[in-house]
Amino acid sequence: MANERRAYFQVFPLFTIMLVFLVIPTIMLVIVSFWDYNAFSIIPDFIWDNYEFLLTSPVTWQAYTKTLFYAVTSWALTLLIGFTVAYYMAFHLRTTKSQTICFLLATVPFLTSNIIRMISWIPLLGRNGLVNQTLQTLGLTDHPLEFLLYSDFSVVLAFVHLYSLFMVVPIFNSMMRIDRKLLEAAIDAGATPWQVITHVIIPLSKSGITIGTIFVFTLVMGDFITVRLMSGGLSASVGVLIYNEITLLQYPAAAAGAVTLLATVMLMIAILFRFANIRKDL
Amino acid sequence: MQNSNKRPKSFYFLTAFFVLFILFLYGPTLTIGILSFQGPSGGLTFPMNGCSFHWYFKLFEQQAVGDFGGSLTRSLLLGLAVMVSTVVISLSAGMAFRKKFKGSGVLFYLTITSLVIPSILISLGIGLLFNQLDIEPTWYGSAFGAHLTWTLPFGLLIMFAVFNRFDKSYEAAAIDMCATPFQTLRYVVIPLILPSLVGVGLFGFTLSYDEFARTIMTSGSKNTLPLEIFGMTTNVTTPVLYALGTLTTFISFVAIVGTLVALHIHKKHRHYRTTLER
Repeated sequence: MANERRAYFQVFPLFTIMLVFLVIPTIMLVIVSFWDYNAFSIIPDFIWDNYEFLLTSPVTWQAYTKTLFYAVTSWALTLLIGFTVAYYMAFHLRTTKSQTICFLLATVPFLTSNIIRMISWIPLLGRNGLVNQTLQTLGLTDHPLEFLLYSDFSVVLAFVHLYSLFMVVPIFNSMMRIDRKLLEAAIDAGATPWQVITHVIIPLSKSGITIGTIFVFTLVMGDFITVRLMSGGLSASVGVLIYNEITLLQYPAAAAGAVTLLATVMLMIAILFRFANIRKDL
Repeated sequence: MQNSNKRPKSFYFLTAFFVLFILFLYGPTLTIGILSFQGPSGGLTFPMNGCSFHWYFKLFEQQAVGDFGGSLTRSLLLGLAVMVSTVVISLSAGMAFRKKFKGSGVLFYLTITSLVIPSILISLGIGLLFNQLDIEPTWYGSAFGAHLTWTLPFGLLIMFAVFNRFDKSYEAAAIDMCATPFQTLRYVVIPLILPSLVGVGLFGFTLSYDEFARTIMTSGSKNTLPLEIFGMTTNVTTPVLYALGTLTTFISFVAIVGTLVALHIHKKHRHYRTTLER
């Protein structure tokens, strides 16, 4: 009994923060999404207009299509890279020391500013950037390639650059907990290296893959700054639409967009959660 | 495969892949690092037009690029406050989750939700809430809370991972020796999990120091550094942007390396002490 009371006391700060800065603001979003607004202020009301406008506008559907495209492409690429890198660190590096060093090498860039990491692509991919200069010097093209910067290509590239680590870490974590005897057993039973990967390693790193997927999906779905910066304002994702409405002070419309996005993301996560038990897998 | 001393062909292929991955991660940042030392007439791309600290000096001229010093100070202070709060609150909550209490499942999933909710929604929600309550949003108030909704889930997840592997017999031994719960925490639990706590703190600091989306609607009239940088990306077209980028990356880097070195020294020191006592 005293134990339980102490637990409540210990968990109180977390609970308060989540209540004040997560639950109540989310409720506020839902309420405001039904409000009316004009050019100067938002007006308490109960109208469905915000949702009606949102769901019947072709712009919304285009934005959702685009966002899903970014999410799926970035997910596929980060998964491929993340799995390969994690596999290399977990199974091909022999000492804990080399594993730690490689792990740190991969983690450090993640700890610096995302916006800076996006800007860093400009001198490489721009019209007069390093990539175009090199290609022209080598004689591979005679004019600068325009698709490198401010395009879907640069948006996806930036996402992969920013978030591949969110795949590496959980997959590496679950791979490190695979009993090495299972691999030996598979090899003894005559499995080829490829069969070991597909029949033993991939099924056993499923939870890491799922957690990485949840991260990449939700980060890309809710993003507005990468899309805005890297597409040069040429492309609109769901996040960009919400952000534009915020800057125009159309808060109820932004709130309706936000609630719809939240519902979409939660639905995806509910599906993904069937593949992993986060609390048990840590 | 792993047992033979001869490396399989795939090893070399994968090593090359890993090296490329690292180049991919670091290459762009190194590029702007080099370009930030452009001469006064240099532009945003290569070739280098001379070599100087010109753009770094420009950075500290107040009117040229807004309030860089002020936003840096605010971001550092906010990062420190978030760091300390994240460590204390995650540790406390992590301890609580080791026991059974009503509502633990709900609170756990609420915290996970906080992690996966798009940042801009949190920002918008808090902004609207403060707006309706007629409270002025501030970087040390609403933005602080907004950052905690992002750092606490990470902190809690790390605490879960730590306590899942924690050997309870150390605590039991301490209690058998008549230690109070506070003494057990102070002299047994905290020293054992200190590296992870430092990790949580480092994580909390850097996440907050770089957080843009959760700050945009919550920081009120005073900018934090990421907001300042974002403003610059749309207005500034000189290498001063790269100077800013390089400087902030450098600060993060110093924080990370400093922490790792401190941890290493602490570990060595403790090792030395325990061997001496024997």
